[in-house]
Amino acid sequence: MSHISLPEGFPGITAGFAFRPETAKPMRELAHILLHEPNSLTPGERELIAAYVSAQNDCYFCHTSHGAAAACHLGSSEIVKQVKTDFETAPVSSKLKALLAIAGKVQQNGKNVTSSDIDRARRLGATDNEIHDTVLIAAAFSMYNRYVDGLATWQPHDETMYAQMGKHLAEEGYRKRPADQPEPEYYRTARATAENELAAETK
Amino acid sequence: MAYIRVPEELPGIRGLMAFRPETARPMNDFVETLLHAPHSLTPGERELIATYVSYLNDCYYCQTCHGYIAAACLDGDEDLVRRVKADFQHADISDKLKALLVIAGKVQKSGKSVTTEDVERARSLGATDLEIHDTVLIAAAFCMFNRYVDGLRTWQPHDEAMYRERGKRIARDGYVFISQEYLPAEAGAK
Repeated sequence: MSHISLPEGFPGITAGFAFRPETAKPMRELAHILLHEPNSLTPGERELIAAYVSAQNDCYFCHTSHGAAAACHLGSSEIVKQVKTDFETAPVSSKLKALLAIAGKVQQNGKNVTSSDIDRARRLGATDNEIHDTVLIAAAFSMYNRYVDGLATWQPHDETMYAQMGKHLAEEGYRKRPADQPEPEYYRTARATAENELAAETK
Repeated sequence: MAYIRVPEELPGIRGLMAFRPETARPMNDFVETLLHAPHSLTPGERELIATYVSYLNDCYYCQTCHGYIAAACLDGDEDLVRRVKADFQHADISDKLKALLVIAGKVQKSGKSVTTEDVERARSLGATDLEIHDTVLIAAAFCMFNRYVDGLRTWQPHDEAMYRERGKRIARDGYVFISQEYLPAEAGAK
């Protein structure tokens, strides 16, 4: 059960967003610019950074949904799994490995990033903007992860739901779902599954 | 020197926001809503939460900047800000705010550290769902801002007078208004 009464049936951060639309708006906007808008790092690379930091923070909802978005962009869920487990041996560019190393330091504390971490990334072709965005993505997920877990939101273990969310995020991005657009079917399905499981357990 | 080349060698987060106005705009809107907009928690209380979390993260720029904004909101009581950072349980603040600071301190470590008992305690002292929500989100947000400011090794001058002066102005005018000083016009506009 979540720590406060959140609108029912919304998984993870979407519950916090539905509870407080005033803070949801800039939070969605920030994620949209950082992860979805055109940039020299591909959306797939940026989603990998988000998924990696969320995995380091052990936030199930975030690392699964952003992992699914990354898989959708990259056409491979295997790469996502490898990056989460050990990015240095994953089939990604050396530049991205250097950026993931920086993101991992930021996840612990901003002060852990060293000049040699930055030099390595720069030597492998990272620009100021890419270094900036890597640090900010890692910092932002240090926020999103704490928000999702700090409210003890509902985080269903439902592969299908995350796959569909990932596809939606990869295609549409993070800006607010229009008010006239209905709640996605996959939330309802995940909720029905959870209710059935609960009913089976309490029998 | 910062790890990236920021405009005009602006200090702390200001340099980073001037470097990337596209992300600065939602971040300023966000912090304006969290800390400055009308709320059942006073701006002083919310700034104390931001200051305390920044202190735990050992971010000099943020804890000093928000510490002086908090002081400006609290009739210039800089000593109270120092006592909240050092030992808030013995500071002259409400029991409700103490319970919220406990939650903020847990969030600073990990969202998962917050327990049902922490939340029950805050609620028994009068905290509403919105106040608990915003405490969690302020603490989480400063885990972002602190990492952003320190992760890019921004310039953080040790100049108390500068932070005090700025604190007064932000307390009065808010974040979005002040951001117009260092953001291009279209990005600084709401």
